[in-house]
Amino acid sequence: MAEVTFRQALHDTLREELLRDENVFLMGEEIGVFEGSYKITAGLLKEFGSKRIVDTPISENGFVGLAAGAAMLGLRPVVEIMTINFIILAMDEIVNHAAKIYYMFGGQTPVPMVIRTPGGGGQQLSATHSQNLEVWFAHVPGLKVMAPATPHDAKGMLRTAIRDNNPVLFLENLALYNTKGEVADGDYTIPFGKAKVMKEGNDLTIVSYSRMATVALDVARRIERESGLSIEVVDLRSLRPLDKETIVNSVKKTNRAIVFEEDWRTYGIGAEIAALIQEDAFDYLDAPIKRVASVEVPLPYAKPLEIAALTSTKQLIDVINEIAPRRRRR
Amino acid sequence: MNTEQKKQVKASGTSATSEPGIATLPENEDKDTLLAYYHNMVLIRQFEEKSSEMYRKARIGGYCHLNLGEEATVVGFCAGLAPTDYVYTNYREHGYALCRGISANATMAELFGKVTGCARGRGGSMHLFDKERRFMGGYGIVGGQLPLAAGAAFAVKYKGGSEIVACQMGDGATNGGPFHESLNLAKIYHLPVIFFIVNNGYGMGLKVEKGSAIPELYRKACAYDILSERVDGTDVLAVRDAMLRAARVAREQHEPVLIEAVSFRFKGHSVVDPDQYRDKEEVLRGRTLDPIDFFAKRLRAAGLLDDDKIRAIDYQVEQEVEEAVRFAEDSPFPSEDTLFDYVYADDQA
Repeated sequence: MAEVTFRQALHDTLREELLRDENVFLMGEEIGVFEGSYKITAGLLKEFGSKRIVDTPISENGFVGLAAGAAMLGLRPVVEIMTINFIILAMDEIVNHAAKIYYMFGGQTPVPMVIRTPGGGGQQLSATHSQNLEVWFAHVPGLKVMAPATPHDAKGMLRTAIRDNNPVLFLENLALYNTKGEVADGDYTIPFGKAKVMKEGNDLTIVSYSRMATVALDVARRIERESGLSIEVVDLRSLRPLDKETIVNSVKKTNRAIVFEEDWRTYGIGAEIAALIQEDAFDYLDAPIKRVASVEVPLPYAKPLEIAALTSTKQLIDVINEIAPRRRRR
Repeated sequence: MNTEQKKQVKASGTSATSEPGIATLPENEDKDTLLAYYHNMVLIRQFEEKSSEMYRKARIGGYCHLNLGEEATVVGFCAGLAPTDYVYTNYREHGYALCRGISANATMAELFGKVTGCARGRGGSMHLFDKERRFMGGYGIVGGQLPLAAGAAFAVKYKGGSEIVACQMGDGATNGGPFHESLNLAKIYHLPVIFFIVNNGYGMGLKVEKGSAIPELYRKACAYDILSERVDGTDVLAVRDAMLRAARVAREQHEPVLIEAVSFRFKGHSVVDPDQYRDKEEVLRGRTLDPIDFFAKRLRAAGLLDDDKIRAIDYQVEQEVEEAVRFAEDSPFPSEDTLFDYVYADDQA
């Protein structure tokens, strides 16, 4: 066990996979000479050379499609999109091509590729640089979507993503890169569709993923210390496929659920989870399922407005107080 | 060879808009190979006419785009490639599939949506595929196949292979982002890929001159310092020779090349298109530019073809196409319990 940053965990995993498999190569804007906009790929060009670490022009649809074509011939590209906002330019190659090729051609050629990209707001990057678009991808059959919350999970999940034979969206979060956590030794992997119960509890379930899962965990621990309310925190980790069983089992135990997400509320991940819970655990619910999400505006620049638009600890605590079992309300 | 020189080549002879005389065949051509080209052109013609008929009988669903009038372009394209080379095309691709060696049976069965089709009934007319024959897909989104083809060429180069990738598209694709991004990427990474534009004068109903700032589409390659030329798409040997030249550059120098084949679409954009936006005169004139007639005349003049042989080939192709329809009719649809097959590939590396 060693404590490393999220950034280091990603870097180390990419390096290990490059060493492990000749067919793995990295591709993206500024990942080589510039060493990565967020320095995930620092040093890799020097170590592996320009054949394996491929700098691209600002041409997202072109190089994402190029990666998919290379994957059709058996390479295993790991593409970095500088931020998730720029992935919109590549939607045709991701949704119409990478996600469809295996099915549409009758299972003749898989497309083993990973697209890594950070999302998230809170850095005053304003409307076009602060989005959470995971639901766009989680909606599409043929894609797999992962969104780790901790350095340990980032490592095990990125290994799984790179070794998988399907197009995988691996969603990171800008505000997680400097966070630290214990990472296990050895070549462990974390499978798709396996949520993690980050903290067990009996009174209420918070379902979350990525950075918001870590925020939820902090809130749950604090409230438990302060008021004795026992909150279970479920980190989805994988958005497609989704681990329905862990979510439903948790709600059957606690009878209350909040979905905590950084994306917009309407048609968001929370809408899907809420629908799933009412379908499979309707009789167990003692309160309405709540969604705590960001408000529905393009994210503004001015700091007070940005703070007002993004969901955070305060919104989560308010909703916990609203639906917690009465005897335990603060 | 640069684009300006090639422009002069075009000015001095090759054009799809003037009635050519009967050009003599080049020397050192293999007789059987020439007859095979002729056979394939007739196969495409008859296959497409049959597809149209089957579409009207509702045996074929979705969209159905035909290669009628473009037979020389299709056959010339495929004749310039080795069986180990990779081919990507758009959705007007039945002929390319046939020329890559996918059987008429498997092609027609795919159009019918049958499990015996070359994409197991999952793709249909626009999405034919055969990995073994390195026919890497028909693609229904205009321009979508270009980045993929560049990627396949990237993989070939990465692995140190000697194959090349040939990527067909229509004239309309040259106005979109994927075209320009792919040419740029192919050039900066020095990829062995041929971009092959079939310029049939119309992107659906929009004239090339209305949709493209430069109607001579091969000139667009200049912006990326990519070698390019324009050929007469009604002359199968001219198309083949352009492909062979391009293939040499791609294979030996690992550089992209672009070819524009000027062709004519005999019918509307797809089977259901009544083709009312084109001038009747223009269509009638266009249909006189029949690549099969042109080639037949040359073969006759060289003594390689006569009425009997034409009839024999027509008859043989007719049997093949009829058999393909029978095969498609008799084949089962994919069973419902296979609906979820192939959404995800299972194996891990």
